[in-house]
Amino acid sequence: MYSKGTKRKFSDSVDAATENKAVLYSRQRQFLLDMSLIKLQLCHMLVEPNMCRSVLVANTVRHIQEEMTHDGSWQLVTEAFGGSGPSDHLVATEVLCRSSALEQQGGGPKLYSVMGYDSCREEEVVTDEALCSVTISDGAPALLGTIDHCWDRAEVRMAAVEDRVIKDSGSEVEDGAMSGEGAKTVMGQVFGTFEIKTGAPGSDPALEELFSAVDASYYDLDTMLTGIQSTPKMGPYNLLDSMASSHGPASNSSCRTDLSELDHIMEIIVGS
Amino acid sequence: MAGAGGGGNDVQWCFSQVKGAIDDDVAEADIISTVEFNHSGELLATGDKGGRVVIFQQELESKNQPQCRGEYNVYSTFQSHEPEFDYLKSLEIEEKINKIRWLPQKNAAQFLLSTNDKTIKLWKISERDKRPEGYNLKEEDGRYRDPTTVTTLRVPVFHPMDLMVEASPRRVFANAHTYHINSISVNSDCETYLSADDLRINLWNLEITDRSFNIVDIKPANMEELTEVITAAEFHPNQCNTFVYSSSKGTIRLCDMRASALCDQHSKLFEEPEDPSNRSFFSEIISSISDVKFSHSGRYMMTRDYLTVKIWDLNMESRPVETYQVHEYLRSKLCSLYENDCIFDKFECCWNGNDSVVMTGSYNNFFRMFDRGYRQDVTLEASRESSKPRSVLKPRKVCTGGKRKKDEISVDSLDFNKKILHTAWHPQDNIIAVATTNNLYIFQDRLTSIQ
Repeated sequence: MYSKGTKRKFSDSVDAATENKAVLYSRQRQFLLDMSLIKLQLCHMLVEPNMCRSVLVANTVRHIQEEMTHDGSWQLVTEAFGGSGPSDHLVATEVLCRSSALEQQGGGPKLYSVMGYDSCREEEVVTDEALCSVTISDGAPALLGTIDHCWDRAEVRMAAVEDRVIKDSGSEVEDGAMSGEGAKTVMGQVFGTFEIKTGAPGSDPALEELFSAVDASYYDLDTMLTGIQSTPKMGPYNLLDSMASSHGPASNSSCRTDLSELDHIMEIIVGS
Repeated sequence: MAGAGGGGNDVQWCFSQVKGAIDDDVAEADIISTVEFNHSGELLATGDKGGRVVIFQQELESKNQPQCRGEYNVYSTFQSHEPEFDYLKSLEIEEKINKIRWLPQKNAAQFLLSTNDKTIKLWKISERDKRPEGYNLKEEDGRYRDPTTVTTLRVPVFHPMDLMVEASPRRVFANAHTYHINSISVNSDCETYLSADDLRINLWNLEITDRSFNIVDIKPANMEELTEVITAAEFHPNQCNTFVYSSSKGTIRLCDMRASALCDQHSKLFEEPEDPSNRSFFSEIISSISDVKFSHSGRYMMTRDYLTVKIWDLNMESRPVETYQVHEYLRSKLCSLYENDCIFDKFECCWNGNDSVVMTGSYNNFFRMFDRGYRQDVTLEASRESSKPRSVLKPRKVCTGGKRKKDEISVDSLDFNKKILHTAWHPQDNIIAVATTNNLYIFQDRLTSIQ
């Protein structure tokens, strides 16, 4: 830090000590944040996760994010991940989305996963433009894997992508908004799992086509149970619901516009 | 002095019994999840992770050993809850018994409520020590006789038989909770009870299983805004209109059911202002209340958070009247305890019969007693080593730093897998039940003299 021969003044050494303290503090804080996010992820149990624990961990994450935003160090974190997309620094939803989006540059037409779980990928529904999905690369584990409702996911990616677009166009608002938003969407997705989402499956002929591509063994209880270690459950109702949400004619009219908008934005990012 | 004191010099705690497997290999189903004495103290119920309830009964004091209170022996064992699968959410519903609460005894039979995450059941435990014999139409083994062979009539007579204790489910209160039930509490009116989950509290009539009233609902309209959950709830011991519930943010709300049908507006809010000098990222987590218990008198209530036990006067909301440090030496270890999830352990607490002493568990199979009158506290250990009959328990001490004295244990040597979460105190006598992971220890005070 100091070149050889420079005499350190007293005030400098005090500053160094304070700076060291600050570095140590922010390192500890980062460690805590990482740990908390991993804890939120590891709710992939056969039994419903403990809500009290989830709430407390989520509040801790929010607290840290708020403090980091206040510090200005939140910006540093997001910028750091802009380029490299490391897999083990799971800071926020939108960062994850960015990193996975960037990792897909140069790949084929990438799709947003409606299920979005690591080991579900093989059984992922055949996609078309109307059904956006992104494969989460192995490098970026499903941060918010407790999500079992694709629509929340799609919304999150929407928000993330939109924010990125805004940032590109030079808005200042993004970071502050994102920490609140990011935290909010994180919580929503964690707690979304506690909700039973109801949705009437539509009788869309397109649905039939989609269903034909779905591996029927997925509905097999044994498969679900034995595959539980890494797979968050996606029960038949959730699957139907996610189909419905993506294709439901009347219920989500804004859905189609959002999806095509999403496509458009993805094209911009991917650079095709 | 029997019945008084606890941490004071006049009471010495002795080992009485230990129940459960001896080997260190703990079967998951045997993990004790709740312990509760009935209102007379004659019965002691435990629930475990495997959904079973075991009830122990105290033997009548024998004339041979007047210095010993009766031993507790197995009275009844039954499977209360079975594992279930929620097909809608694709999640298992654990059969683990979260709480047992006894109903006050009205007749010869005993009744208790047991609950898992989703379903509450009312069990009737009754004794049968007589058997009718001499039926006209049935043989002794139950087979029906050919009516044409019956030539005489006789009156069946009751004959004594070996005592049989039967447990039968009388009511099943199901499908009322979306989230995990953490508490049940029988009202002093003996007609109703409440059940609390993470976000809602329901009021039931013991006779009616197909409906319940929702009396508290803290679920936000948008689940993304969820920041607080209900952690425990209890009815007031005397006032049938009053109950309290605690939260993960360290607050306790007292509600009066006469005020409105939905008690979202509390009548009193008990909250201690945060100590700014102790603030950390873990402040909220350690302030989360894991248990709340009214005193027998109904004047006070006790709350347990991660590091302390607090006694509140119901007339004063601003701060507790007493605070006891359970294991303050853990404050510097909070990060590690967060990492291994121990910081989320839910310790319970209990009062003694005359509200003079409170007890709670800790790690390393230690448990702590605080004598409110004498301002003394003691740390004791539930272990097989100190399990010789009637051996006096030696107070334990945790050394926080510097030189470790003989017999002290250092903080780093504590076994965080050996936690005492559940304890119970006999309603009248100085008999305590302490649950380690899979063993139940019963300790009594040493009666120093026969009056």
